[in-house]
Amino acid sequence: MSQQDGFDPKILGFLCNWCSYAGADLAGVSRFQYPTNLRVIRVMCSGRVDPTLVLEAFIRGIDGVMVLGCHPGECHYILGNYYAEGRMKTLQRFLEIIGVKPERLLLDWVSASEGERFANLVSDFTKKIVKIGTLSTDISKDEFQKRLLAAKEAFSQHRTRWLINRERELLVEGNVFGERVDQDDFNKIKFESVVKDYEKNRILFAIRDKALSVTEIAQTSTLTPQEVLRHLIIMEQNGLVTVSEIDGVKPMYKKMRG
Amino acid sequence: MEETRIGVFVCRCGTNIGGFLDVPALVDYVKGLPFVVFSQENMYTCSETGLTEIKSAIVEKRLNRVVVASCTPRTHEPLFRSVCKEAGLNPYLFEFVNIRDQCSWVHMQEPEAATEKAKDLIRMGVARAKLLEPQEEIEVGVIPSALVIGGGIAGMTCALSLGDRGFEVILVEREKELGGHLKNLHKLFPIQEDASKLIERKRMDIAKNRNIEVLTSAKVEGINGFFGNFDGTVKQKGKDIPFKAGVIIVATGAEEFKPIGMYGYDGVKVVTQLELERILSEDRLSVKNIVMIQCVGARNEERNYCSKVCCMTALKNAMRILEENPESQIFILYRDMQTYGTFNEDFYRKAREKGVIFVKYSLQKPPVVNKRLVRVFDEFLGEELHLPYDLIVLSTPMIAHPDSDELAKMLKVPIDEYGFFLEAHVKLKPLDFATDGVYLCGSAHWPSTVSESIAQAYGAASRASIPLSRRHVITEPIIAAVDEEKCIGCGLCEIICPFKSIRIEESPNGRIANTIVASCKGCGVCGAACPQKAITMNHFTDEQMLAEVVALTTER
Repeated sequence: MSQQDGFDPKILGFLCNWCSYAGADLAGVSRFQYPTNLRVIRVMCSGRVDPTLVLEAFIRGIDGVMVLGCHPGECHYILGNYYAEGRMKTLQRFLEIIGVKPERLLLDWVSASEGERFANLVSDFTKKIVKIGTLSTDISKDEFQKRLLAAKEAFSQHRTRWLINRERELLVEGNVFGERVDQDDFNKIKFESVVKDYEKNRILFAIRDKALSVTEIAQTSTLTPQEVLRHLIIMEQNGLVTVSEIDGVKPMYKKMRG
Repeated sequence: MEETRIGVFVCRCGTNIGGFLDVPALVDYVKGLPFVVFSQENMYTCSETGLTEIKSAIVEKRLNRVVVASCTPRTHEPLFRSVCKEAGLNPYLFEFVNIRDQCSWVHMQEPEAATEKAKDLIRMGVARAKLLEPQEEIEVGVIPSALVIGGGIAGMTCALSLGDRGFEVILVEREKELGGHLKNLHKLFPIQEDASKLIERKRMDIAKNRNIEVLTSAKVEGINGFFGNFDGTVKQKGKDIPFKAGVIIVATGAEEFKPIGMYGYDGVKVVTQLELERILSEDRLSVKNIVMIQCVGARNEERNYCSKVCCMTALKNAMRILEENPESQIFILYRDMQTYGTFNEDFYRKAREKGVIFVKYSLQKPPVVNKRLVRVFDEFLGEELHLPYDLIVLSTPMIAHPDSDELAKMLKVPIDEYGFFLEAHVKLKPLDFATDGVYLCGSAHWPSTVSESIAQAYGAASRASIPLSRRHVITEPIIAAVDEEKCIGCGLCEIICPFKSIRIEESPNGRIANTIVASCKGCGVCGAACPQKAITMNHFTDEQMLAEVVALTTER
């Protein structure tokens, strides 16, 4: 509406009850003006925000998501914002891996007394989203859906969820042997896990309804045939996929039901 | 299943909303939303008239969900919830939509876009309301005794106040005797009374009070349990003493910052205010020229706060010195004088009248101390002064105890970046922690004067005595619920819960997570992590949140 090029982005904010939501209220009480694009969902803590819900919002056409919590050390629930930080930073980096601009997801802190800061954050974020444009400027709409759906599945998997949620503990407090894990080492393992879960789900989506050959799967899932084959072998062992027929010399893979 | 009947009330809030948003258009729009059977506008929904209208609509229109679009849930949700309750509707079937603080007030120049935004917000609220479920408030019993940690002026006052009300109190002090920081003080401002007399009086009152058990040279080692039912151990001289308490009060105080390596601090010719107090109490001050420097190690990059008691301490000691020896020459080098309050302002004026000279310096040009002189750039005169001295007194801030972090973890309460304990809300709950049943007073919270500590101690005792005398507490039902069918007992929730409120327990169906109802705070960290999606966060369920996203992205 008020945007010059006609792009009026949809922005969703997850605000924690104790700090950022209170900061947003204070912006109102102080009459700090900001663009009208933001819609807010109140949560008790930024630690309530599941990365899969953020992905769901993108899948449904939200152009930018803000997750705002209490400043580090000021969380009403002691550590909730650290979990939010771990999850959202992982998600940002992962969005980048799958070709979605990571700036579409903002994680920041607003205290109950920072009304002006809240208004500025919303204004700046809205401007940024207007500048980078609609989601389809990142990748084509069809491919975008496929990627985000697979990403959502990846962030639902056990291994990935364990890694994301134990990051703080392993890095700050150490493992059962009292050793603190190195951030770079941990990131490597974490992203390998998410990416593997993601690739696996790209394949499962591709062969959900019809049997496909390795080459065909590779084409629709934008993976290399080698990657596809490697996953298929493991997935077949785990009973997730099966060879439904052999077309000449090409085995055709299909997703197992259930 | 009962059909969903949603009623929506759109508040004009006088002109606060009505002056910017098209309220009649909103009411009209709402009528077309699914499950909405009634909608109306109010001049003020929170007025007696508005509340009566909600109540009668609940009854007459058989509403089983109520949505109010108005100011903010942070101030008005409790009111609307109680109105629903009065009309026989479970208060958790009420939903708040914020169209004032986060809409009309922040888009005053864009009424059309703001009205569109309000439509979206109400649509989201209605979608969420559809999925709301009634919740039952939870009642937990309270052990009628208190654990007070810290035996300084705050802790002693608080323990006495609770003991006098008839509650059992365990008062734990790390040092050999009660008194805390007060033991180091000579006189108290602004009345120049002996600190030792005040301690003596409190100690005697405590000794006489049968309800108070004092444990000195003791330290709290472990705290388990939750509001109403805390237990743990206090270590005293190598012995473990178990305790049980319904509430806990943190009164651990603070300590003085030692300015090692600053301004030639040596504890002899350059001392801190606290060391000066000792010299004064032992009557061994025999010098003439004294220079006091304020804000040493405070309000700088490392410690960006005002300790707020040091200005008055400096004035008090300066006046004391002049009383004993009117010939003394005292300079106070300050950045800003902090002497708020009626008596204190008077005290400041008197100090000036008595001849104490105040010199304002800036953070950029701090005083320089050499063997004979203090050189300081006077901000008002615009030139450097050379002040001869016999004694330099450094006013250093109070800092948090280094082990406040350890105690905070034990109690599962937050501390700020400087290690001071953080209250639940600056204005609404200044003496409570966000963790129910744990309260706060004195300098553990923030450097405070003796009078402030006493006032806070009475306040904390009064707050704590509410659940103690009621013998039970009602807790919010916004907690995690585990679906036993889905849970596989993996234990991720147990590891990450900031409150240790979810535990894996053996059950006939195998290992299953179990929420400890009384201590779960409902943050939702576990709910957003559970790989099985087996955890439902009551009142903030995945489905409710998803419904809001879906409603937002589905134009109507």
